[in-house]
Amino acid sequence: MKTGWRQALSKFVRDRAALIGSVIILGLILCAIFAPYLAPFPDDVYEFHTSNRLRAPDGVHYFGTDRMGSDVLSRILFGARITIMIAVIAISITVAIGVPIGLIAGYYGKWPSDALMRVSDIFLAIPQVVLAIAIAQTLGPSIENVILALSATYWPFWARLVYAETRSVKNEIFIESAIALGAPPWRVMLLHVLPNIASAIIVRTSIGMGNTILTAAILGFLGLGAPPPAPEWGRMIAESREFLPEAWWYATAPGLAIFLVVMGFNLLGDGLRDILDPRIRRAASREE
Amino acid sequence: MRRLEIIVSRLAWFVPTIVGLLIIIFTISHIIPTDPVRVLAGDNATQEQLDALRKEYGYDKPLPIQFINYLKDVATGNLGISIFTKRPISETMWHRLPATLELTFAAVFLSVLFGIPLGVLSALKRNSLFDHVLRVITVSGLAVASFWLAMELQFLFSMNLAVAPLNGRISGFGPDPITGFFVIDSLLIWDMESLRSALSHMILPAITLALPAAATIVRFTRAGVLEVINSNFVLYERAMGIPWPLIVWKYVLRNALISTVTQIGLIFGVFLSGAVVVETVFDWPGIGAYAVNSILQSDYKAIMGFTIWTGAIFLIVNLITDIAHTLIDPRSSQ
Repeated sequence: MKTGWRQALSKFVRDRAALIGSVIILGLILCAIFAPYLAPFPDDVYEFHTSNRLRAPDGVHYFGTDRMGSDVLSRILFGARITIMIAVIAISITVAIGVPIGLIAGYYGKWPSDALMRVSDIFLAIPQVVLAIAIAQTLGPSIENVILALSATYWPFWARLVYAETRSVKNEIFIESAIALGAPPWRVMLLHVLPNIASAIIVRTSIGMGNTILTAAILGFLGLGAPPPAPEWGRMIAESREFLPEAWWYATAPGLAIFLVVMGFNLLGDGLRDILDPRIRRAASREE
Repeated sequence: MRRLEIIVSRLAWFVPTIVGLLIIIFTISHIIPTDPVRVLAGDNATQEQLDALRKEYGYDKPLPIQFINYLKDVATGNLGISIFTKRPISETMWHRLPATLELTFAAVFLSVLFGIPLGVLSALKRNSLFDHVLRVITVSGLAVASFWLAMELQFLFSMNLAVAPLNGRISGFGPDPITGFFVIDSLLIWDMESLRSALSHMILPAITLALPAAATIVRFTRAGVLEVINSNFVLYERAMGIPWPLIVWKYVLRNALISTVTQIGLIFGVFLSGAVVVETVFDWPGIGAYAVNSILQSDYKAIMGFTIWTGAIFLIVNLITDIAHTLIDPRSSQ
């Protein structure tokens, strides 16, 4: 086992995609933690200087200023906090709901599996963004509601993934022997099934973070995210629309931030997939 | 007759799924913290007026009865009246649907046109410079926020270079609606001016929608082709001395595209959610822009109506892809 992990680690370092991805994500986390120290104008998140509005990038404001005269770079750095918070909490809730449901349905088969399939069919019948918009709109714009809307609409994907993985592991001999030795179901699921499907879950977590950040940005863009003046990236882009084409930097900077972060998670996910489990893609398409 | 069995079971499942969808939507619309009757009546309404309205709209009945009534309404195509436009929501949806479908079909066309050949090429030239560059492009295409891409395309091509219109669907009023699809309508009456205008308005939004879909298609086609190339029957055919281009064209493509076709149903979902933001940025008069307007005006009934429509369209498209899949792939009929 140990050599397996060491091998995976050396593969990871050699895989350029995964490496670039993790560097980007590390950067995001550092930006979020040290935003008050990194930001050239940390007070600009809530303070306005209207005389200074819509300044083009220069030596003082590296990414220019926005419609309120606030420093765009400072707002983007603080926005990283919102982005990470939404993505981490939403994905944690999603995993916490989806993994147990998928495990139980996949392990027992029969009616739990039917029930899961039918319920997730219904959820998957609407594009996630559309359902999330409906929920976020009904509950009103706030970060909590965005998180709720994202997790309520994303768990079926996870349940389906874990279900498919569990099914493919369940008939392996080591599972059968554990059952034959009298291990209770919860023990088989937690100690024998879960570790064997963990790599699939890890890969999906990374790609899921990217997806969630994109969807959260759409909600923010539509005005359903954190209420102003929170420096939410999607909302910043929405605010910048009326100032194109003159204030080109205003929309460009937060858009690049979203792009970079989502790219980071996708690259990491891709890299991890190649390293940990080359058969995941096929397992996912076998779901039906 | 396994093929027929699949199709029948899929069709039978269609109605319960729609009902389940309606339960979710109904639940969402009934956990609204604000009282819909109060929104409707305005701030100055008296208690009597509120009660009268509540009775008129059936909000005084118990929830299960309300749900049954809601089901009846939806089954007869009645989605209610928009609070803001005061027009039936179904009517507006029908009116706006052709615009969304026209844009979606254009995006499907673009993404398949570029996605499949590029995917095949990158698989055949695996690990070449071309493959690596394409990988970077597809990963980027999946990471970019569509609303931002839309704005940047507008900024570059409409505002600075002035080679494409900024927004809208056509200059002027457009051809008289026959099908509602401007491209088809202008061809039917042979109006080249309208056709040119319709196409030039469509190009930027279609590219925005098509980019993530094309990236997905490239990746799936590439993976599919690679899997087939490494299979034993291709090795056998090569050993038999069949020319390589013939093997690719006749045997590899056919097998590889099966997985791509099943993806198109899922990709359609990407288009529908993409349409919401892309239509908003480009002022495209489809159902996506309508949904966003309804959101901004807190028009709950319209949002629920849009959700039902999207769900129904998505289900129908996936039903069609499933059926197409059983027809294309002989293995599923055994």
